[in-house]
Amino acid sequence: MRDPVSGVARAIPPSGIRRFFDLVQTMDDVISLGVGEPDFSTPWKAIDACMVALEQGQTSYTSNRGMPALRERITDDLARHFGLCYDPESEVIITTGVSEGLDIAIRAVTDPGDEVLVAQPSYVSYAPCVTLAGGVPVPVPCLERDRFRLNPDLLMERVTPRSKALIINFPNNPTGAIMTASDLKGVADVVEDHDLVLLSDEVYSELSYGQAHVPSATIGALRERTITLNGFSKAYAMTGWRVGYLCAPPELADAALKIHQYVMLCAPHMGQVAALAALRSAQAEKDAMIAAYRLRRNLFVEGLNRAGLACHMPEGAFYAFPSVASTGLSDVEFAERLLAEEHVAVVPGSVFGEGGADHLRCAYAVSREDLAEAVRRIERFIGSLPERAAPAAELRQPAA
Amino acid sequence: MVIMDATDTTLVQLLEENSRTPTVELAAMLELPAAEVEERIRTLQAGGVIRRFTAIVDRTRTDLGEVSAILELKVSPERDYGYDRLAERIARFDEVRSVRLITGTYDLHVLVTGRDMQAIARFVSEHIAPMERIRETATHIIMKSYKENGTLLLGRETGGERQPFSF
Repeated sequence: MRDPVSGVARAIPPSGIRRFFDLVQTMDDVISLGVGEPDFSTPWKAIDACMVALEQGQTSYTSNRGMPALRERITDDLARHFGLCYDPESEVIITTGVSEGLDIAIRAVTDPGDEVLVAQPSYVSYAPCVTLAGGVPVPVPCLERDRFRLNPDLLMERVTPRSKALIINFPNNPTGAIMTASDLKGVADVVEDHDLVLLSDEVYSELSYGQAHVPSATIGALRERTITLNGFSKAYAMTGWRVGYLCAPPELADAALKIHQYVMLCAPHMGQVAALAALRSAQAEKDAMIAAYRLRRNLFVEGLNRAGLACHMPEGAFYAFPSVASTGLSDVEFAERLLAEEHVAVVPGSVFGEGGADHLRCAYAVSREDLAEAVRRIERFIGSLPERAAPAAELRQPAA
Repeated sequence: MVIMDATDTTLVQLLEENSRTPTVELAAMLELPAAEVEERIRTLQAGGVIRRFTAIVDRTRTDLGEVSAILELKVSPERDYGYDRLAERIARFDEVRSVRLITGTYDLHVLVTGRDMQAIARFVSEHIAPMERIRETATHIIMKSYKENGTLLLGRETGGERQPFSF
């Protein structure tokens, strides 16, 4: 029998942490900092509104673009908070999470052989989605010495005449880095000079602790060449509902819509109902969750640094990204041994691409009690390692 | 009146959630030196904002047994004192956990606890009902509590199955 699996599917690398997953299943006292989702439940007002809608039989498809009331509410909020104006009729699509939004956005802009620049460390699906669309993913490293922000000079080094688009994600998974308006300006110059399309995944936008989030599309003339992706999973603890949205100028939105209507038809109706209810009535609950993440961040990052893992203060999302360089172990070794010996699960930074090696992604979307216990276990683990000659601070190198 | 800034507000919330949180952890979360956290706690105690540090105990999970009841009281207010003197007399009983003046059909809302239902019945009939100025009482035995002090008491884990790893 000839190979039943396509070459494209064969070429996609398997998950980098399958081993970890198998090991976790054998333990019953694991503290998992490997989870990329909130530990909170969806605000009850959203759940309750959804249950009422289900009782009323709101179980049909919605329009391909999504419920008009939800699209209008989203564009109203973007205009009010950021002065960013989109037409809900022609420039917005409700997607099945940001994952689908990203996929259709990439497919809407990529022809076979096109290069798509991916700022890394990044969420693990970006590069495979580019490959599936026939494109060639080109990583651009965001370095620790730049506080994991995208440096326009490093971006320039990877641009070629085949470059078609750039994917960025700030606040960032896995580093927690953000981009200020002036940081984005530098990137915008490169994007405009080289006629790139910008795909900006802003799903962690609400989780910005120091400074207010700046949407990429508000910078210079980027709006006309930017596809903004966002959703409800992180800010409203709605991962399982699968609701996101895509905003883009009509030409790009129309292209994405054609793909969306054939592969997805529409986002889940009940998820859209819950998302609208969350926007309308769960702002206080959302703010309380964000405040809780901030306290956890402070507690955990202070603990990591005290334990001997150098960690910059992440300014957004709910991830800390400490360096393990001082321990003499690689990120994969450290993560495997930490799990095996102390039952704390973290994700090796190298899983997230260039610039991620020698770091760990630790999600602090867990209770403060678990965070404090995780720090105690990490401290014990580091204490069990053989002494290193130089003090930790001197050994700390920016990831290259 | 104690003026609370945003940090005091958060500090009080953290202590309400867990009054045993170590000072170093409070300091890290609030981005303050530990000495300032201690000073703020002292000031909040001196101002009577933090009355005491206590534990929330669920006796239904023990073999101790305890029954609670809500009493609603109609009261004739007293010249010069209104409801205050009677409410204070009621509040002094150890069996009484809370006393509140409320709007509506009844005037006072009282939470009482006792060893068992008989103990509550005896306490109400011997000590509360005979008080002067109480015109009517309604006693509601609490059968089950679903939420106390902002904490859900559902007796089962809420939230579904989070995967140990996700990206």
